[in-house]
Amino acid sequence: MKPVFTGVFGAFMFAALASTAIAETKLTIATVNNSDMIRMQGLTDDFTKANPDISLEWVTLEENVLREKVTTDIAAKGGQFDVLTIGTYEVPIWGKKGWLVPLTEVDDPADILPAIAGGLTVDGKLMAAPFYGESSMVMYRTDLMDKAGLKMPDAPTWTFIREAADKMTDKAAEVYGVCLRGKAGWGENMAFLTATSNSFGARWFDENWKPQFDQPEWKATLDYYLALMAADGPPGASSNGFNENLALFNSGKCGMWIDATVAASMVTSKESTVADKVGFALAPDNGLGKRGNWLWAWSLAIPAGTQKNEAAQKFVSWATSKHYTELVAEKEGWANVPPGTRTSLYANPEYAKVPFAKMTLDSINSADPTHPTVKPVPYVGVQFVAIPEFAGIATTVGQIFSAALAGEKTADEALAEAQTTATREMTKAGYIK
Amino acid sequence: MATQQTRTLGKLAVSPSVFALFMWMIVPLSMTIYFSFLRYNLLDPNPICSLLTPGALLEAENRCLAGFTNYSYFLTDPAFFKAMGNSLKLVGWVLGISVVAGTLLALLLDQAFYGRGFVRIMMIAPFLVMPTVSALVWKNMMMNPVSGFLAYLFKLVGLQPIDWFAHAPMTAVVIMVAWQWVPFATLILLTSLQSLDEEQKEAAEMDGTPPLSYFWYIVLPHLIRPMTVVILIETIFLLNVFAEIYVTGTGGRAGNLPFLVYQYGLIANDIGGASAGGIIAVILANIVAFFLMRMIGKNLDA
Repeated sequence: MKPVFTGVFGAFMFAALASTAIAETKLTIATVNNSDMIRMQGLTDDFTKANPDISLEWVTLEENVLREKVTTDIAAKGGQFDVLTIGTYEVPIWGKKGWLVPLTEVDDPADILPAIAGGLTVDGKLMAAPFYGESSMVMYRTDLMDKAGLKMPDAPTWTFIREAADKMTDKAAEVYGVCLRGKAGWGENMAFLTATSNSFGARWFDENWKPQFDQPEWKATLDYYLALMAADGPPGASSNGFNENLALFNSGKCGMWIDATVAASMVTSKESTVADKVGFALAPDNGLGKRGNWLWAWSLAIPAGTQKNEAAQKFVSWATSKHYTELVAEKEGWANVPPGTRTSLYANPEYAKVPFAKMTLDSINSADPTHPTVKPVPYVGVQFVAIPEFAGIATTVGQIFSAALAGEKTADEALAEAQTTATREMTKAGYIK
Repeated sequence: MATQQTRTLGKLAVSPSVFALFMWMIVPLSMTIYFSFLRYNLLDPNPICSLLTPGALLEAENRCLAGFTNYSYFLTDPAFFKAMGNSLKLVGWVLGISVVAGTLLALLLDQAFYGRGFVRIMMIAPFLVMPTVSALVWKNMMMNPVSGFLAYLFKLVGLQPIDWFAHAPMTAVVIMVAWQWVPFATLILLTSLQSLDEEQKEAAEMDGTPPLSYFWYIVLPHLIRPMTVVILIETIFLLNVFAEIYVTGTGGRAGNLPFLVYQYGLIANDIGGASAGGIIAVILANIVAFFLMRMIGKNLDA
């Protein structure tokens, strides 16, 4: 009996020792289901080969679901994830709360584009590393522009956009002059409308956090948007978001599309029927000194609750490094490299051959999250306001504006409703005394 | 006959499960009530506001306690009235459709015809599909204005396809939910039809009762009780419809009360406001249930 016992015990001991010898640190990574992130999952062999003691587990979610999951997890200190994919809206808020671990091992932090790094830094410390960055710009059909007898300047005005859209629209042939976001949501139509309102001189709040929807600048913004979409927009625009407009543009139904710069590689790809007829220009302005483009970066961050900080730092560093960029370029070509994060990428002569490279960089550089508006504001953020209450308020306002686009209410009614809602919420949250 | 002793024993035996069920109900409910009186934004939590530090919790300068602010803001929110209206519209329409269509289908399925067993099984199938799945199928394969089956049918007869979710979001949701709940009504009403007295049927036939009078004076009175059961059960579930609205993205215009609570809690991250909304929804549902129970109680006693 005894030798058997010793034998069994020995076997257990051996098994225990063996398992500690090859103990792996398993990183759980929450990420968003867009093409650049999916591509990274296919290339992680490069990382796990160099770090055999780290294994990766992916939780890939749709943007809104990711946001809900990650927010509840970090706020309730759930500790489900070791690496988070978050946007420029969350980073300043969470960083200030001490919910994120400052990044110490990022590859050449000085190389990160200043406009992007500015939005991810809290108290001088980098809280998240940008995986890809984006702004917004005008994508237009060169053939339709020629047909209309117009030439798109590099930096168009809103007046020109209206003129060009009117001339390009041919509803009988299902060609609509301009496709813009109309689907309700703070990251959908409100991203576009807030960025646009900046170029019309509008702002969300004045210095005392009083909502400004009752001001003439917002009225001008909404009037312009509704009139433009009524005259030259596609039918059912109030349910169009990024993906719907992409499908419309790619099937040749839009003359112009003002949206994220990452769309550039999609409208010039094989899936697009108009790939060889696309031109790019900066987002429009009204001569007030601000353009209507936004700034966003999907970034990797580490929650303060993680037990695996060291391994997580290594992974974040790898995924956002210059080495990773080269890896993608080598395997999938330069056009598929995650854009908009590093100065060195835009200095690379190989990347400069990509048709949309320069316009993307110019767009990102022309956005300033710390001074987003013509008049002074108490907040940071171009197409959003980096306060915890913004997502809720902007979702409601987005629903109101989307209903106005669907023709359910007039611009004046919509603005009055938005003003009431925003004032209520800001009073409730204690900003307005 | 139960003696005093066996009764005590019986009470003792069921008490653990009664206790578990009670806790199951009371813990979430009391936590929701507690949160509904706090100023608590998920993205902006105040670590001092905890039951563990009652002193700090009550301190005015920490702004922990919200009093009735969450309730008054929820009740005066224009979105609340819209959501209430949408809830009532949804329940009303789906109840109407499922009772009428359920009765007709039950009458049909009560007839003897070839393949009846198979048809009956197929009829109940929609009820077994998960709401999220059914919403996705309706959204992408049936109601899509470009590639959907309904759009195909419209084009076939030369009509302009309807963009359901942009122009008639409420109707679209009602159709989806009704599709799920008509089978339930059919099933209950069919079972009841089968218990209709054969002799009564024969007597009516021998008297030469015309079909409509037969339905009106014999079948319908027999179906009243199961109908009230259908109405009660469906009302409880229909007040909580969420998946169809969330999945199809119609929350902005066809959002009901549960969707508004979701919007408060998970989009605006306002836990206090969402808890207050949840409590208000519970109270409203109880009021509805109270009246329904009285109505049905009367019917069941008779």
